Amino acid sequence: MIAAKRVLPSVAVIALIIGVWWAIVVATGSVVFPTPWQVVTGTIELIRDGTLWGHIGASLFRVGTGFLLAVTVAVPLGLWMGWVNGAYITLNPLFQMLRPISPIAWIPIAILWFGVGNLSPIFLIFISSVFPMVVQTIAGVHTIEKRYLRAAANFGVSRATLFRQVVIPAVLPQIIVGMRIGLGVAWLVVVAAEMIALRSGLGYLIIDSRNAGNRYDLVIAGMIIIGLIGLLLDGLMRLLEGLRVVRWRYAH
Amino acid sequence: MPTKILVDGIGKSFATDQGTLHVLDSISLEVGDGEIVAIVGPSGCGKSTMMNIIAGFDRPDRGSVRVDGVVQSKPSSRGILISQAGSVFPWLTVQQNLMFGLNGRAHDEKKQLADHYAEMVGLKGFEARYPHELSGGMLKRAELARALVVKPEILYMDEPFSALDALLHLRMRNELLRILEQERHTVLLITHDVEEAIHVANRIVVLSIRPTTIQATFDVPFAHPRKLSSAPVQELRTQILRELGVDGYDA
Repeated sequence: MIAAKRVLPSVAVIALIIGVWWAIVVATGSVVFPTPWQVVTGTIELIRDGTLWGHIGASLFRVGTGFLLAVTVAVPLGLWMGWVNGAYITLNPLFQMLRPISPIAWIPIAILWFGVGNLSPIFLIFISSVFPMVVQTIAGVHTIEKRYLRAAANFGVSRATLFRQVVIPAVLPQIIVGMRIGLGVAWLVVVAAEMIALRSGLGYLIIDSRNAGNRYDLVIAGMIIIGLIGLLLDGLMRLLEGLRVVRWRYAH
Repeated sequence: MPTKILVDGIGKSFATDQGTLHVLDSISLEVGDGEIVAIVGPSGCGKSTMMNIIAGFDRPDRGSVRVDGVVQSKPSSRGILISQAGSVFPWLTVQQNLMFGLNGRAHDEKKQLADHYAEMVGLKGFEARYPHELSGGMLKRAELARALVVKPEILYMDEPFSALDALLHLRMRNELLRILEQERHTVLLITHDVEEAIHVANRIVVLSIRPTTIQATFDVPFAHPRKLSSAPVQELRTQILRELGVDGYDA
C-alpha cells in the first residue's frame, strides 16, 4: 500500500503526458509525429526483427568497456593525488581545466585518432567518466577524518595496512558516488557519440530512423529505451551503496 | 615507583590571526610506572594540546617529554590515546577493529586476542557487528578493548567518557577501574569532572587558565572501592573546586 502511494503520483504524471501527447497528435492530424500507440508498435517491430537487442548490446558494450577502463585509471590516480600533496598540486589544475570540456567537443579528435569504429565512442566514454571519478576519489581522501589517521598512526601499522584497512575503505563510499556520476555521464555520451558515424547502437538507431524515412515512432522509441536503460544502470550502481562495507556511510 | 613519563618544562604557542596564542607555559610533570594521574582544568586551558604532545602526536616548542627515559618524538603503540570523539573505524567490524593494531602475528592468534578483550569489556557476541550497529556505551567499550589488546604500557585518555550520559559515564568508570585492576597500565586521564578524577586517580593535577601551568597537585590516598559520598572525599572535592575557582567554593 505504502509502495503504491509512492509510485502513484509519478505514474499519474507520465499517464497525463502520454494522454496530452496523444490528444495533440490526433487534434493536429500530424502525419510525421507519431501517437504513443505508433511508438509501441514501432518498438514491437524492432523487437520482432531483432535489431533492438543488437543496438542495445552495442551501446552497453561501449559504455561497459569505456567505463571500466575509466574506473581502472581514476581510482588509483585519485587515491594517489589525494594522498600525495605534490601530485595534487601538480595535476589538479590540469584536471580542473580538462573537466569542463564537454565530451562532445572531443568527437572530432576521437575520429581523427581512432576512426569511426568502436574505439572512438569508448575513448569518449573514458574521457567523460574518468574526471568525475578522479575528483570524487580525491575528495574522498581529503575528507578522511583526522582521528582515524591518528589512530592508525598510534597503532604503528604498516603502510600497506594503512591503505588496505583505513584509506581505501574510508574513501570507498565516495568512489561509489563517483562511479554513479561517471556511469550516468558515460550513458549520456555514448548516445551522442553513436550519432556521428558507426552502424550500431541506440544513438545510431535514432539518427538512422530519422534519415531513413522520417520514422519518428522509432526515434521516440529509442529515446524511451535510452531513458529506461539509464534508470536501470543507476539502479545497479545504487545497489553498490548497500554493500556491508560502505553501509556505515549511509546508515544515519 | 620508577618514573614512566617525564614531562620537562614543555611550552607551546600557536600563531593565529590575532597574534601568537600562548597555550602551554612551562609544564613539568612526573608520572610513575602504574600510576593513574588525572588532569583537571578549566575548558580551553590547553589540556588536549598537552595530551597530544605527551602522547607524541605534536611537538612542544620548548622542553621535552620522555617515556622510560627516551624522548617521545612520535606516537607509538606503547601508549594509546583514547579521545572524546572516539576513533573506532566505522568500516571494520568490532573484531576487525580489535585486530587492527596487532601487527605481525598469525591470524588465529590475533582473533583469539581480539575475542579475549571483547569479552573483557563485555562485547562478547558483538564481534561481527559494525560500529554503527552499536550503542554509544558499547562503542566506548570497543575503543577501550582495541587499546588494551595491543597491551600498551600507557593509556592516554582525553575526556574518554564525556560524550556519554551520566549513568553510562559512571558505569564506564567502574568498568575502567575493574580492567585496570586486571591489567596494570600507567594512565593519564584528562577530565573536567572532578568527581571522576577522585574516583579513578592516584593523583590529581589542576591546571590554570591559559597560558597553562600546573596550579596545584593533590594526592588521592583513598583505597578502592572509593565511596564518593564520604566526608574526606567531599573535602578533597571542595578543595579542588576551590582551586578551579568555582563559585561558592572560593577560599
